[in-house]
Amino acid sequence: MSVRDEIDVLPPKGVRPPIIGPGQDFGTVTDRIAGVVLTKHTPVFWVLIFAVGAMLAGMLSTAVAYLIFRGTGIWGINIPVGWGFAIVNFVWWIGIGHAGTLISAILLLFKQTWRTSINRFAEAMTIFAVMQAGLFPLIHTGRPWLAIYWLFPYPNSMGVWPQFRSPLIWDVFAVSTYFTVSFLFWGIGLIPDFATLRDSAKTLVVKRIYGMLAMGWRGSARHWNRYETAYMLLAGLATPLVLSVHSVVSLDFAVSLVPGWHTTFFPPYFVAGAIYSGFAMVLILAIPFRYLYGMQDYITLRHLQNCAKLMLATGLIVAYSYAMEVFFGWYSNNKFELAMVWNRMHGPYGHYYWMLIACNIVIPQVLWFNKVRSTPWMLFCVALVVNTGMWLERFVIVVLSLQRDFLPSSWGMYWFTKWDVMILIGTMGFFTLLFFLFIRFMPAISIFEMRTLLPQAKVKE
Amino acid sequence: MKTASPIYGLMAEFDTPTDLVHASKAAYEAGYRKMDTYTPYPLEEAAEAIGAHHNRVPLVVLIGAMCGMIGGYSLQYWVSAVNYPINVGGKPFHSWPAFIPVTFECAILGAALAAVFGMLALNGLPQPYHPVFNAPNFARASRDRFFLCIESQDPNFRLEETKRFLETFRPLEITEVPH
Repeated sequence: MSVRDEIDVLPPKGVRPPIIGPGQDFGTVTDRIAGVVLTKHTPVFWVLIFAVGAMLAGMLSTAVAYLIFRGTGIWGINIPVGWGFAIVNFVWWIGIGHAGTLISAILLLFKQTWRTSINRFAEAMTIFAVMQAGLFPLIHTGRPWLAIYWLFPYPNSMGVWPQFRSPLIWDVFAVSTYFTVSFLFWGIGLIPDFATLRDSAKTLVVKRIYGMLAMGWRGSARHWNRYETAYMLLAGLATPLVLSVHSVVSLDFAVSLVPGWHTTFFPPYFVAGAIYSGFAMVLILAIPFRYLYGMQDYITLRHLQNCAKLMLATGLIVAYSYAMEVFFGWYSNNKFELAMVWNRMHGPYGHYYWMLIACNIVIPQVLWFNKVRSTPWMLFCVALVVNTGMWLERFVIVVLSLQRDFLPSSWGMYWFTKWDVMILIGTMGFFTLLFFLFIRFMPAISIFEMRTLLPQAKVKE
Repeated sequence: MKTASPIYGLMAEFDTPTDLVHASKAAYEAGYRKMDTYTPYPLEEAAEAIGAHHNRVPLVVLIGAMCGMIGGYSLQYWVSAVNYPINVGGKPFHSWPAFIPVTFECAILGAALAAVFGMLALNGLPQPYHPVFNAPNFARASRDRFFLCIESQDPNFRLEETKRFLETFRPLEITEVPH
């Protein structure tokens, strides 16, 4: 605790904390970040957290195996609620990924240099989150190997093709493109850092492995020139892409006629929510990482404050969207929409709705205080609350609209089962497992971009 | 490897980016063209100094985007209107507005793949061997040192003369890079 308190001293009022700690040069930046990967010593906390992640991932594979063995009947879904945890989790995970692309692409285009130290692991977070998300559309079909023909256009023995007029197919293309582009963006960023690891590695085997990954990168001016062009273009491409992904996800709902789903403002509402939960996840990962690995000089209070501010801003857009949902219900003067609004607030799942309001709107208002934005543990707690709230939001959207639709005779309740919960918690474990492997074997902070932040990196006239 | 010159080039090592850019500019003005700088992070000034500030990556990306766009749209058109037309709610078989999202995603996908693989191809990567790695201390090009290499292929390259030229910029070290 004392170590953290010493480093996280707030500068006097009116002065913002720096984006990189004092006394750094090219050598210290390289050694500090590459040291996490190249050390022979694996920290105890790493082993412990990895073990927990591995156990939960084991639980996930057990649950998925049983699902494939028995079918989706082991879940709580039934008529009328045919979309349950699988869709809730899918939307939640894919939303979490969005902050990674926002940080790596949109903030790059806006020349926000503070993004540099958090972009690498935020991109990794995106990839791993999209991997968890991608699992659900596959397994929710129950028999994924029989379902591929309506997901991907390939010549099959039945001669049928996917239905391209359906948002569900747009979703397949949006999510798979998003995963590919995020992976390319992450991979291209890693090449120069792999070259650094190759050149700093002590043993021949390690040198060879990173050498192969670096593909012979030698830092030539001509290469950097093309590299920078490609990187900026990728950022320009990823920006509209990230906005399109959650828009398309929201169209899965908005194109239907179900009360509470059939609204035109779903795309921006979903995108704002996605970035909100994504920044919460960035904080959930960054705060323990900087503390456990002593990276406070690279991920400074400034980064945490900026993430908190972005969370606050997107949180307010989300709050506005919740208000608009109620307004639309009232203004439509449509009894089904009105009933849906009433059901959300006072129906059998009313406590979910009020918990969601508390988690996503009321509690995050503490972010207005500089004290909260500058205290890592407080931010961590707020981020956990926000991500819980975002999960509840998707639950409220998915389950409550299906649970009571037009005909009271077909109303019903949704009771999720232990298998639903096991798969949700299992994906969290799988995510942790992947993320900790990444931290151990790849530089979690972009080394070459950190060098550009140093004052000595500038050419003096 | 058999080549006309016994060495690949002369490598000068500098401590700061300013020294490197200064030396590179002077070398370009002195008429050297076959040279390259090696830096631990992208240094726009160095690329400009050696006359390498234009590249064809944007063109490759444009071609990738067009291929993705045309490919994506044609796939949907062919599948929905030619190969297996299905009447969905009375919509026309060629219901183009519904095809836009997938067309857009395919264009982005094509462009992104072109950007990464085009950049690597234009850079000649992956490349298992390159002579510059023979220069002593070159491992620090990915850490904290800045290198300028004038290649022996350059018509103006004369070993002693070029060495003397490089020495005027007070590099930390000048080494002959073997093939």
